[in-house]
Amino acid sequence: MPEHSSTKSPLKGYFAVWIALLAGTGLTVYAATLDLAPYNAAVALAIATIKATLVALFFMHVWRASEKLTKLVVIAALFFLLLLLGLTMTDYATRLWS
Amino acid sequence: MPDSSATGLHTEEHNPALLHHFAEPQQQRDAASLGMWVFLATEVMFFGGLFCAYLIYRRLYFGDFAAASKTINMGLGATNTAVLICSSLTVVLAVWSAQTARRTLLIVSLIITMLLGLAFLGIKGIEYAEKFEEHHVPGASFNFNNVPIPGHPGQYADPHHAQLFFSLYFVMTGLHALHMIIGLGIFLWLLTMAWKGRFTPEWHTPVEIGGLYWHFVDIIWIYLFPLLYLIDRHP
Amino acid sequence: MPSPMPQPERENYLNKHYGVWSWLLTTDHKRIALLYLISITFFFFIGGFFALLIRLELLTPAGDLVQADTYNKLFTMHGMVMVFFFLIPSIPAVLGNFLVPMMVGAKDLAFPRINLLSWYLYIIGGAMMLHCMLTGGVDTGWTFYAPFATNFTNTKIVEAALAIFVAGFSSILTGLNFVVTIHRMRAPGMTWSRLPLFIWAHYATSIIQLLGTPVIAVTIVLVACERALHLGIFDPKLGGDPLLFQHLFWFYSHPAVYIMILPAMGVVTEIIACFSRKRIFGYSFVAFSSIAIAVFGFLVWAHHMFVAGMSVYAALVFSLLSYAVAVPSAIKVFNWTATLYKGSIHYDAPMLYAFGFLGLFTIGGLTGLFLAALGIDVHVTDTYFVVAHFHYIMVGGAVMGYLGGMHFWWPKISGKLYPEGWARLAALIVFVGFNLTFFPQFLLGYMGMPRRYYDYSHMPEFQILNVLSTAGATVLGVGYLLPMIYFLWSMRYGRPAPDNPWNAAGLEWKTPSPPPTFNFEEEPVVTWEAYNYDELDAPHDDAPHKEEVPVAR
Repeated sequence: MPEHSSTKSPLKGYFAVWIALLAGTGLTVYAATLDLAPYNAAVALAIATIKATLVALFFMHVWRASEKLTKLVVIAALFFLLLLLGLTMTDYATRLWS
Repeated sequence: MPDSSATGLHTEEHNPALLHHFAEPQQQRDAASLGMWVFLATEVMFFGGLFCAYLIYRRLYFGDFAAASKTINMGLGATNTAVLICSSLTVVLAVWSAQTARRTLLIVSLIITMLLGLAFLGIKGIEYAEKFEEHHVPGASFNFNNVPIPGHPGQYADPHHAQLFFSLYFVMTGLHALHMIIGLGIFLWLLTMAWKGRFTPEWHTPVEIGGLYWHFVDIIWIYLFPLLYLIDRHP
Repeated sequence: MPSPMPQPERENYLNKHYGVWSWLLTTDHKRIALLYLISITFFFFIGGFFALLIRLELLTPAGDLVQADTYNKLFTMHGMVMVFFFLIPSIPAVLGNFLVPMMVGAKDLAFPRINLLSWYLYIIGGAMMLHCMLTGGVDTGWTFYAPFATNFTNTKIVEAALAIFVAGFSSILTGLNFVVTIHRMRAPGMTWSRLPLFIWAHYATSIIQLLGTPVIAVTIVLVACERALHLGIFDPKLGGDPLLFQHLFWFYSHPAVYIMILPAMGVVTEIIACFSRKRIFGYSFVAFSSIAIAVFGFLVWAHHMFVAGMSVYAALVFSLLSYAVAVPSAIKVFNWTATLYKGSIHYDAPMLYAFGFLGLFTIGGLTGLFLAALGIDVHVTDTYFVVAHFHYIMVGGAVMGYLGGMHFWWPKISGKLYPEGWARLAALIVFVGFNLTFFPQFLLGYMGMPRRYYDYSHMPEFQILNVLSTAGATVLGVGYLLPMIYFLWSMRYGRPAPDNPWNAAGLEWKTPSPPPTFNFEEEPVVTWEAYNYDELDAPHDDAPHKEEVPVAR
């Protein structure tokens, strides 16, 4: 995909994202040592999702992708992943375990 | 991934990398990029099956999973996360250098990326070796007796359930490592292409889509790290 | 037949290059389609051979032809071969491969070498499956449920599963190629609303191939690890849950049914429009119902597990969702019927298959609703009712569609005409044979005959229906051999086919038969809607008078 925003160098942005990702890693390790029960998992997943979103948007260039199609593929993949997890959980969350 | 040795090219004064069945380079670039994105969507579902198994057993056997998770080396895991994040940075640098015709920077970025990838695998190897010595590898010699469940004094993890955790740990990180190895193969190929000066600002699709793959493998790790290493770590 | 000039041999994809390597290393989607055609036909007859043995065993109540464990292997290998090595690649890899680029006006698929790779993966998977069969086979049923498959059976489950794994990659690559081709390679003017519905069906199929197949791939990885190391992931003794296997398995394998039926629906749509000389009624509804089937197909998988011990609440949810798939399927059936209404219908062989599809798919679909209903499913699950139901979909639907498509496009593929009389006869034999084979199985199932039993001597009253079914299978076998014989015959002795023997709409008919290597002599530009049969049949001023009735026979 050709960029037309090449008047400005994107390098600054790349480094900023990189710093943010490293900071996120530190933060998630730190958060794991705190007793946030029952929110430890939620916090860890939230941080991971923010990091993954940063990588996708800025390193994989979804943000400035000229087309909606790339975004559609990403959303479709996540949607079907959620279907797999969510509908399976309808069974596991309501099954009677002896 | 185009190279010109394929079937009959009907070149006008076009880029020699343009394959015969595309009308113009833009179409070929877009096709390659979409192809990689669609492939990554299949990868999401591939790991998705494992995440599904993980979710179910972690919910059922939370204490045992926490106890097992505590025995893996968080320091190594965190280091590996940082290593991969740095490699993702060098990948975007590589793509940018290809776009802006900086051949030396492109080659250097690719080499650093591969070194970081190798470092990741090395650290992973150390981690696996530790688990092997502790008899935490599922199978006949698996041993996880008398490991306390964090936060529940006097209770010990069920070795069977801990074995489920380690099974998922090895399958998930193992498949991730396999993807890293494939990624290293792709980058080796990119490196030889870059060395020969094949990439130009007009045509560097392989760098772009190889980069997409690498970032995706990074994203998988970004999730694996907290899910496997950081269950209930607080003292 | 108003045949437009019998041409001297033009250069085409068949005669451009000769020699084994020009086929084995080809990147031409049309040649790869033929490679697939030969390979899946091979597996079809292997699977058919197993089916014949199964039917022979059931001819008598006593288990007198084969041993119990041989019988288990027979129905397992029949299922695995037919599902993974025939039905899933059938229409997409043969007709789809051949037609998708032509219908969108492209010179080839987006990634020709990946297309060739997909065939080689299929062959590697097929060779593994053959090796597995020859060295003992598998006795778990094609679903290879845990924990029997993972912890108990002594047969070659890992090899069979890995064969399926490899073939699955081939299927993913085909889907990937289709999605990218349909998005990126359409000819100028070929907008989404002008695409043939065959393309929409294949787009929807590709979605399933891409997003479903990886899940069974990873499930197979887990099964292999479980066999090798006894991890306990599916073993209740070690804290695992066997139902997890079923969830992951059916997450792919239920949508996989739509991998088989959606392309057949695409084929039937093309045929019905052509042989009723009408535009498809409700184009956009038919198009979007394909996508809807693909998406809804992912919401219903646990209806295979109602009696397996899953939660009742989840069963309720999945039962309700299963009804939802009926909606887009019904939309299609209604729209086909509406297309036929007041059409100028021609009963050529492809149309006979399309009619067969219409009726049989409807029966298969409606009995699917019985099974989606929790209360009925509990009674008829694991009986021949289920067997009959899914054969009505997979054989009555998918195979009918496949054969219809093969007849419809054979003149384009081979450049030769097949003998129409024989073809109509074969279509009739297939239809009669099919119903004779499988309708008695509905009755047997409803009376309570369980599936997968090789001996029903405690219930000798089931014999009459079983004899009918076996007789039907023999008729069906003849019906399947006939097209193979006259297709092969036509390659040598058939009359040369004109470019557009059916006077059909669609880009693939606007190029010579057989097409040149890059499909079109000049890049097509599309200015018309799909299925513009009203325009095709209108007496044109410029057309040197075509007959009023275009497909004269």
